[in-house]
Amino acid sequence: MQLTEEQIYRYSRHILLPQVGGVGQEKLLRAKVFCVGIGGLGSPVALYLAAAGLGTIGIADSDQVDISNLQRQVLHYTDDIGKPKTHSAREKLEKLNPDVDVIIYEDLITKDNIREIVREYDIVIDGTDNFPTRYLVNDACFFEKKTLVSGAIFQFEGQVSVFKTHGGGACYRCLYPEIPPEGLIPTCEEAGILGAVAGTVGTMQAVEALKEILQIGDPLVDKLLTMNALNMSFNTVKITKDPDCNLCGEKPAIRDVEECKEPDCDYEEKPIS
Amino acid sequence: MENNKVNTQIDITKEICPMTFVKTKLKLETMSSGQVLEVTLREGEPLINVPRSVEQEGHKVLDIHREEGDVFKVLIKCR
Repeated sequence: MQLTEEQIYRYSRHILLPQVGGVGQEKLLRAKVFCVGIGGLGSPVALYLAAAGLGTIGIADSDQVDISNLQRQVLHYTDDIGKPKTHSAREKLEKLNPDVDVIIYEDLITKDNIREIVREYDIVIDGTDNFPTRYLVNDACFFEKKTLVSGAIFQFEGQVSVFKTHGGGACYRCLYPEIPPEGLIPTCEEAGILGAVAGTVGTMQAVEALKEILQIGDPLVDKLLTMNALNMSFNTVKITKDPDCNLCGEKPAIRDVEECKEPDCDYEEKPIS
Repeated sequence: MENNKVNTQIDITKEICPMTFVKTKLKLETMSSGQVLEVTLREGEPLINVPRSVEQEGHKVLDIHREEGDVFKVLIKCR
């Protein structure tokens, strides 16, 4: 691969970095990242990856843009209300950087399609908002041996971690073995979020994905970074691989991707008309 | 110093900072260890900054000499 004159200018601030250079930029242009969810977390992730010249960005989301999304989902604009989020996102990402190949998945991600999609990518970004999908994504990454960059947000708090079971690391189920009981999962009335916190956490996920592709620095593998925006405190705790994990432990009970349920709060996603 | 065999050349007299160093760095990335790059650049900012940045990335500046007017040639040995 030979950088074009335009690419040399576009990526000059990457190329200047001793840890990146032209060689690193070419790695980014060849890389493939799959973003599950293109909302509060997925938007900043995909924006920074596209700006960085990520070769292929896959985006999966079956929702349409709602006015209540716009407070934090920065890829979608007021004019996009009612459009599929994947279409709205692809439009912006292609405008930002024509070098990027954006592949969209408009169907719901299920146990029947997730493995074959994940198989096509190097890294998976979890930008989902519910436990069943998080487990599904985690399990697919385990079986397909892909690195998972996980992010989550709640009110003023956020967390980021990288799960790399194919490198001997812990998985999401080692950290959260099962869906918390009803009552511990925040209801939709409690699930407020400061938009900029989504941007902060999503941006950190993008940084971890870029580091992983470039193979630089220390990744958040087997570490959980937590942040509290109210006092702007950051903390990192160690995650230990669980030998009794149902998925990646010594006697796994889970043999393939499966779907689980959590209590619905079905008026959450109804559009305001 | 005059005996250094030049393997590759690059003219960055038309570039401005930081593209002066970006172009030089990309050229060095295509070279093998020990090979010598001859960079043609202008006096002032490029002459001050390019040799310094190149050394910060571990390459060795072998020679700097005035070609004519405000144009200089810098010889760099690839790390």
